[in-house]
Amino acid sequence: MVIITAIALGVFAGVYTIAFMLGWMNQKVDSLINTELSHIQIHQPLYLETSEVHDFIPNISIIQQEIQDEPEVKAVSARVIAACMISSAEMGSGIQLIGIDPAVEQQLTNIHEKIVDGQYFDGVKSNPIVIGEKLAKKLKVKVRTKVVITLTEMDGTLTGGAFRVAGIYRTTNSTYDEMKAFVRDEDIRKLLKIDEDAGHELAILMNGHGSENGFAEKLKDKYPEMQILTWMKIMPEMEMMNENMNLMMYFFVGIILLALGFGIVNTMLMVVLERVKELGMLMAVGMNRVRVFTMIVLETVFLSLTGGAIGIVIAKVLVSVTEKTGLDLSIWAEGLNSLGFDAVVYPTIGFDSIFVIAIMVIFTGLISAIYPARKAIKLNPAEAIRIDM
Amino acid sequence: MKILELKNLVKIYNSTEVKVRAVDGVSLSFDEGEFAAIVGPSGSGKTTLLNLIGGLDSITEGEIIIDGTNIGKMKPSKLIDFRLRNIGFVFQAYNLIPVLTAKENVEFILELQGKKRNFRDERAMELLTAVGLADRANSRPSKMSGGQQQRIAVARALASKPKFILADEPTANLDSKSTENLLDIMEQLNREENVTFIFSTHDQRVVNKARRVITLEDGRVVSDERK
Repeated sequence: MVIITAIALGVFAGVYTIAFMLGWMNQKVDSLINTELSHIQIHQPLYLETSEVHDFIPNISIIQQEIQDEPEVKAVSARVIAACMISSAEMGSGIQLIGIDPAVEQQLTNIHEKIVDGQYFDGVKSNPIVIGEKLAKKLKVKVRTKVVITLTEMDGTLTGGAFRVAGIYRTTNSTYDEMKAFVRDEDIRKLLKIDEDAGHELAILMNGHGSENGFAEKLKDKYPEMQILTWMKIMPEMEMMNENMNLMMYFFVGIILLALGFGIVNTMLMVVLERVKELGMLMAVGMNRVRVFTMIVLETVFLSLTGGAIGIVIAKVLVSVTEKTGLDLSIWAEGLNSLGFDAVVYPTIGFDSIFVIAIMVIFTGLISAIYPARKAIKLNPAEAIRIDM
Repeated sequence: MKILELKNLVKIYNSTEVKVRAVDGVSLSFDEGEFAAIVGPSGSGKTTLLNLIGGLDSITEGEIIIDGTNIGKMKPSKLIDFRLRNIGFVFQAYNLIPVLTAKENVEFILELQGKKRNFRDERAMELLTAVGLADRANSRPSKMSGGQQQRIAVARALASKPKFILADEPTANLDSKSTENLLDIMEQLNREENVTFIFSTHDQRVVNKARRVITLEDGRVVSDERK
């Protein structure tokens, strides 16, 4: 019973932690795609390195329309982007100003759902700006407060314009909130004196995850002069984390099972010691060594399987509950958000991962049984029968 | 008919300082249907001799011939199988499997022999009836008295229809009534079924019932009396 409980607890902890990590990772990827990057981005080849206003895509609206017509594409947003200085009466800060068509952008990103104060480009008639909560705090501004944007025109001239805060948003990534502000594309075009048909970035949201790589290849063939990158290429560290997640989690479970394995060896040795007389009798009356060995191994595997199954079921039930309710880590929200992670985690785990963990548990049971089983078959039946317990 | 023959059997235990000749040149033979007791003071070599006959310990010198087979030269794996099919054991502390019922404890030997379920069922019940415990077939050992447990052990030893049964101090843990009861059953099996019993014992009641008494001292046979 003790060993079953220990195994159940260990497996439960392992499975739930993995579900937690997977949930966290999925949320991070979802947030990256739905809030920050979209599935694919198109730029002039130099733009991501230079971020210069003059490295724009000419005829961006034509390309936008062409891509929008593709059946696997959900939405395409053409953006005009400029590095600028934003100043309030009290403070200034360097940010990236993104000019968008709010109606189109709403189909692509979910910033409009993350407004915590004011409205998404509504309520302010002239030059509305939507900024992140962290930037708002830094600048000490509120909704309807005026801010001044200073940026460099296409010809290099320094220019500026006054905007009024229409909405303040908060994502799970506080660095993003501090660095990105949104204005209407027509307003930024006027400031930059950039052509109506030009833009710096096309962001594409696909109808579902997984088709972005194939579609990006297709776009590369069609627009060879452009730099076409999927979200994984824009943030390679996320791709690495995503791909290594499985490896990491199996490594993690491996460490837990290694510790459990030693526990199982110890317990089964005790079992062998407690049953020396019984084992001696079995061998005396004619149970051969292979049978004795198999008996101990099967007992261990049965214990591991029972404990493992209980642990997995408890973990799966808890995951099913917290998958809906979420696990609130808001006491650490500040730190988590600064790393770009959500403070409410929705753990998730698939049956494929559970299957692999179950196999690992059985394997641990098998390996852990070998030493006690060897001890058992080395008993001398004549001595074992007469041992006083 | 001769079923067991010991020829100049020697067992030496080598400790670091002294060599102990636990069995020292024992030559004996047993016929089918014997009811024999090996007696002698503690340390005289009774248990060692029984372990050697049962193939539980290796011999230093000599031969043990069971029904024409010299088990002294057998490979350990073959010896285990030989024990399973030819020798029955009754131990001092009963040594039943606590998680199995009385019937399962008896059936277990037959299962090791690969016998079919129906056969096992019938044989187990037949033996439990023979030892007077058919009504306790589904009881676990912990729910039975010492005497009853030892009768189950006798039924288990008989399950594989062995050539003979080795009983190492079978009555040592039993009260007088249980001892009497057990000995009666064993004697009855011996008389009616011609089962061969070889005991090692200190118990005078067993000696009284035995039809042959072999006395050991310092590993040697000092007397071999038939009644």
